[in-house]
Amino acid sequence: MSNNAWFKFWKKPENTAQVAKDRLQMIVARERTATAASGFLPALQQELLQVIAKYDRVDLDHVQVSIDRRGEAEVLELSVMLPEASPGSTRSSVRTTLQYA
Amino acid sequence: MATKVIVVTSGKGGVGKTTTTASLAAGFAQKGFKTVAIDFDVGLRNLDLIMGVERRVVYDLVNVVKQEATLRQAMIRDKRLENLFVLPASQTRDKDALDVQGVGRVIEELKDLAFDYVLCDSPAGIEKGAQLAMYYADEAIVVTNPEVSSVRDSDRVLGLLDAKTRKAELGVAMKSHLLVTRYSAERAQRGEMLKVEDILELLGIPFLGVIPESKAVLHNSNQGTPVILDPNSDAAVAYTDAIKRFLGEDLPHRFLSTEKRGFLSRLFSPSNVYAG
Repeated sequence: MSNNAWFKFWKKPENTAQVAKDRLQMIVARERTATAASGFLPALQQELLQVIAKYDRVDLDHVQVSIDRRGEAEVLELSVMLPEASPGSTRSSVRTTLQYA
Repeated sequence: MATKVIVVTSGKGGVGKTTTTASLAAGFAQKGFKTVAIDFDVGLRNLDLIMGVERRVVYDLVNVVKQEATLRQAMIRDKRLENLFVLPASQTRDKDALDVQGVGRVIEELKDLAFDYVLCDSPAGIEKGAQLAMYYADEAIVVTNPEVSSVRDSDRVLGLLDAKTRKAELGVAMKSHLLVTRYSAERAQRGEMLKVEDILELLGIPFLGVIPESKAVLHNSNQGTPVILDPNSDAAVAYTDAIKRFLGEDLPHRFLSTEKRGFLSRLFSPSNVYAG
């Protein structure tokens, strides 16, 4: 038996409940906003994701859409984190800000 | 090989259909079979969560049936096993989002894509959703807990499998297999739980084996890993055996008796090692 196997054997099970809670918080928050139908943001986020998924593998939480009020204007902010395209390449991020009154 | 469509069904909810679908699909893929697991539980998808792909869902089964997306776009390829794909259910509240023709088109396309196994994770109940999940099945795996309501519901489902499927319409017998989950040999021995022999006698279908009540099931579902991929767990050993039996191997059954083993054999038995 290798050292690693012995280590695994004596190791107590890790706290996977925390992993479960983190995963659930992320997915539940997303589904609540999607079903609450507050404006067009969830649909926009979903459609953006579908467009991006045509070209690359993407995780849903890598597409962030938000609206902030800045003075008189509303700012729509879109941030897309692209997965690593090939070994060695760095993560790239696309950030777009649309501003409209 | 020709594509084989398998429905994982039970009637009763909470008996382990989704856990079983995830592990059997991963097990088939591990053996080199090109496999897809389809979640038919429209409105309450969970297979994505159990298989750890919930963050990668872009399209779903309803999108494909309604031709809003292609199968290739909707299927999520597992990051652990390159032969394994997941087709998630949608979260729509529209229960009539799926129909027999639409599901049939999806199954035909999966055959064209040369899948070896298509595993259909049925919703609980015996209504339309459960009937759609079983309609195109070549074989069925009925998941049962050693508990009165579960066994009775499994019997109802066996009736449906013999009446409401395409095979039944063609006058061909459905091949159904029994998988007993959450089994405790100790409790059965003490007379607190139905014995496997009793369940087999009542349902009378071929037996794939028992999955013992196991801490590893929750431990792995917490993390989005099919339990069969936790190689030192008792549940993984049991699911792997079940797959071998499904593929025709004749194996002695494990986890059925409470035989006392020596200290060393217990120490080195897979059922006692708990690797994370």
